[in-house]
Amino acid sequence: MNRAEFSVRTAALTVFAAALILVALNLALPTHSAIHVPAYIVTLAGKYLCYAILAVALDLIWGFVGVLSLGHAAFFALGGYAMGMYLMREIGTRGVYGNPILPDFMVFLNWTKLPWYWHGFDMFWFACLMVLAVPGLLALVFGYFAFRSRVSGVYLSIITQALTYALMLAFFRNDMGFGGNNGLTDFKDILGFSLHAERTRAALLLASAAFLSAELLLCRALVRSRFGKILIAIRDAEDRARFLGYRTETFKVAVFVLSAMMAAVGGALYVPQVGIINPSEFSPANSIEAVIWVAVGGRGTLSGAALGAVLVNFAKTYFTSALPDFWLYALGGLFILVTLFLPNGILGALAFHRRGKSAETAANPVRAKGSLV
Amino acid sequence: MPSCFRIRAWRVFRTPVHGRSFCIAFFALALLFVSALRGEAETSSADLYSALASHDYENMRKAVEKLAASDDPRAVPILSALQAGRLFADTDGELFIRNPDGSLEGAVSGQRIAGELGKNLREIRINNTIRRALEGALGRLRLFAPDPNVRAAAANAIFQTRDESALIPLERALARERVAKVRRAMQEAKAALLLFSPGTPPKTKLEAIALLRNRGDQEVAALLSELNGQPPEVMAAAKDAVVAIERQQQIWNFLQIIFYGFSLGSILLLAATGLAITFGVMGVINMAHGEMVMLGAYTTFVVQQATLRFAPEWLPASPILALPFAFLVTGLLGVLIERGLIRFLYGRPLETLLATWGLSLVLQQAVRTLFGASNREVMTPSWMSGAVPLGAMTITANRLTIIAFSVVVFGSLILLLRTTFFGLQMRAVTQNRAMAAAMGIRTPRVDALTFGLGSAVAGLAGVALSQIDNVSPNLGQNYIIDSFMVVVFGGVGNLWGTALGALTLGIVNKFLEPVAGAVLGKIVVLCLLIVFIQRRPRGLFPLKGRAAEA
Repeated sequence: MNRAEFSVRTAALTVFAAALILVALNLALPTHSAIHVPAYIVTLAGKYLCYAILAVALDLIWGFVGVLSLGHAAFFALGGYAMGMYLMREIGTRGVYGNPILPDFMVFLNWTKLPWYWHGFDMFWFACLMVLAVPGLLALVFGYFAFRSRVSGVYLSIITQALTYALMLAFFRNDMGFGGNNGLTDFKDILGFSLHAERTRAALLLASAAFLSAELLLCRALVRSRFGKILIAIRDAEDRARFLGYRTETFKVAVFVLSAMMAAVGGALYVPQVGIINPSEFSPANSIEAVIWVAVGGRGTLSGAALGAVLVNFAKTYFTSALPDFWLYALGGLFILVTLFLPNGILGALAFHRRGKSAETAANPVRAKGSLV
Repeated sequence: MPSCFRIRAWRVFRTPVHGRSFCIAFFALALLFVSALRGEAETSSADLYSALASHDYENMRKAVEKLAASDDPRAVPILSALQAGRLFADTDGELFIRNPDGSLEGAVSGQRIAGELGKNLREIRINNTIRRALEGALGRLRLFAPDPNVRAAAANAIFQTRDESALIPLERALARERVAKVRRAMQEAKAALLLFSPGTPPKTKLEAIALLRNRGDQEVAALLSELNGQPPEVMAAAKDAVVAIERQQQIWNFLQIIFYGFSLGSILLLAATGLAITFGVMGVINMAHGEMVMLGAYTTFVVQQATLRFAPEWLPASPILALPFAFLVTGLLGVLIERGLIRFLYGRPLETLLATWGLSLVLQQAVRTLFGASNREVMTPSWMSGAVPLGAMTITANRLTIIAFSVVVFGSLILLLRTTFFGLQMRAVTQNRAMAAAMGIRTPRVDALTFGLGSAVAGLAGVALSQIDNVSPNLGQNYIIDSFMVVVFGGVGNLWGTALGALTLGIVNKFLEPVAGAVLGKIVVLCLLIVFIQRRPRGLFPLKGRAAEA
């Protein structure tokens, strides 16, 4: 636990410093310089950091409360959609159809009025509020019902998967008013700054890095507090925690909502950098992939989750272009090998190596008592 | 025996003179008979043909009507050709038919004519009046076709058009009709004609309504609601019949939806049973379960290709041949997975979930590498295609087969669990693993066999699915979430719960589809399920006792 705490601080610092260096090498140096960082690397790094934000949010709920959510990418995507709606409204008359109010796809569908839920998204602050409010509310309602009736373990995982699957089907529908299949895209600028400008992209990378660092520090503070101790107690023996008089479901709901909001911010930062959000972001496979990032880095270590997200996605970027057929083998193999041989992830293995004794870190959940479910 | 066939065939082809002269004599007699009946002057066929080639539409129409009433064997090909715009006339007024392949034949002789379409041929054009006359005429002619299905279709066509001139040929056809089904169709057509003809006495009309009411489908309801200006008792009977038919229709619709629901439910049951078994016994969620279904489907494809190559006469039986192969392939693979992967992860259900998900990615990609990413065509044998009408419902043979198949599989599993020693061991391990082990049951062996059994059942589901769905590497993914829903809904450790869950989900899905659309229906089902699990977090039939709390 000590080591993990220490490394979280270092990780937060490293992330921000690395982002600063990248930005500096991109903006300050002339393009012909040997160590100039091209713009696409900046965008790619920003994308990885957004995934890391999602991974850390997931690690908070899985690593410290023991709730395996297989639908966390849904919160990420919802945050992305909220930001995407703002970016769509920001296009204004520069769309293909030049309609000042309606986004292109609505004109294309012969809609004459803006749906009620699109109002207010022309204001940045409102969109930001919605990025937090919508996923937070969904997590609150869902978590309240799920945890109150003590849905746990594999059942909860499957229900969260059903949630994201249902959302995916819903967002694929054209009459939902979120662009259907194609989603939201063709964004022009954010707060008046062009999304294609290098400076905007650099700023977005820095914003992602800043949020990731803040998230890591916040989670660290949380799990070190008394509150965090109770979370770990719930993870390791929920019944005992309950018998000691804690309302375990309240703790779970609170952390679930917090985790969902953090994931949503990741999505909101992700969309302006990649320039598109579509319903496939809701696909259950995405959520499960996020789980493997956490598992690779080390469950319950926070910084490990961020590391895992960056490493796995770097590998994905490399393999999908170099050996496209190989990627699914590699990803599948990663799932199997990590669960079999690296149950505590890379950080857990490192800690084991350093101490030369059993890697009984905070990451190691109580081996369930010969449980059936 | 074969030589006898050969001789007969030879005779048919080699001595056409006898056959034809016989035909001509027969039709000449028939013609005499008909013309005597109708009391009209006999017009020779040749005159009629030349009338068809005339430019006078009124003459043509009359010729069409007469030709249709004439029992001339060439009437059907000629009139069909005229209808399709394939009838031509040369300058002498002689008729030719251009076949769809472009060749020409003499319209009267039916003999093929060498050569291309000459310039001196002109297409015989028709107007709407003639088109209508042709439709009626062809309909009446088809009443006498040798194929009973064609005759029934012709009767139905008359039923729909209510062409009064068809009454006489219809009665004639009815008098000689022997096939019960066709007779009924003809009687119904006759009833429809009588009902709408002004000269019919009310008593006959009431009888006609009673007859039509028995048929009781949408068409009859539409027909009867069109009725007006009739005596009050006829109108009342018609109204009565319409109400009765509509009520009946609702019941049939309901039954049809139930059937579709059962069909979907039986598919879900096949896909989910294996999952429920492994989850129940081992507490393990196998995310690669869908891929076992997919592998079962690919096994069917491979077996079918092998049959095609080595024993084509066995092709219709290939899905049945595929069953043992699919069972073995996926079953062995299941045992392998359990021994090689899952047994290291006991007590860590969430990690098992991740590892099997990884496995599913590998299996999908492996199949994609081996068979390609596109869909593979699995042929449906003829005994599984087609549909049987049952009342106003259509029961498709493949769905019926799958329902029966899932009942058989489910029944065998129940028997296995109830009556065999292995089943006893499985139930013991499900209820209390530690106690079972203490009693000397080798739980690792039970685990491996259970996992193999669950996978093998998934393979069988794949064989069934290959008959109704596309066989592609993604096949399993489309069913895995639904299967999870079934297991979550039905609870674990109780196969009846799984069956009830699958059927309920299937039927609810099918009832929601027409109301909310397929996608929205699915969303509603998922949301309902999320609400349901609030009330019963462990499914419909949760395990009770200590083991359930562990």
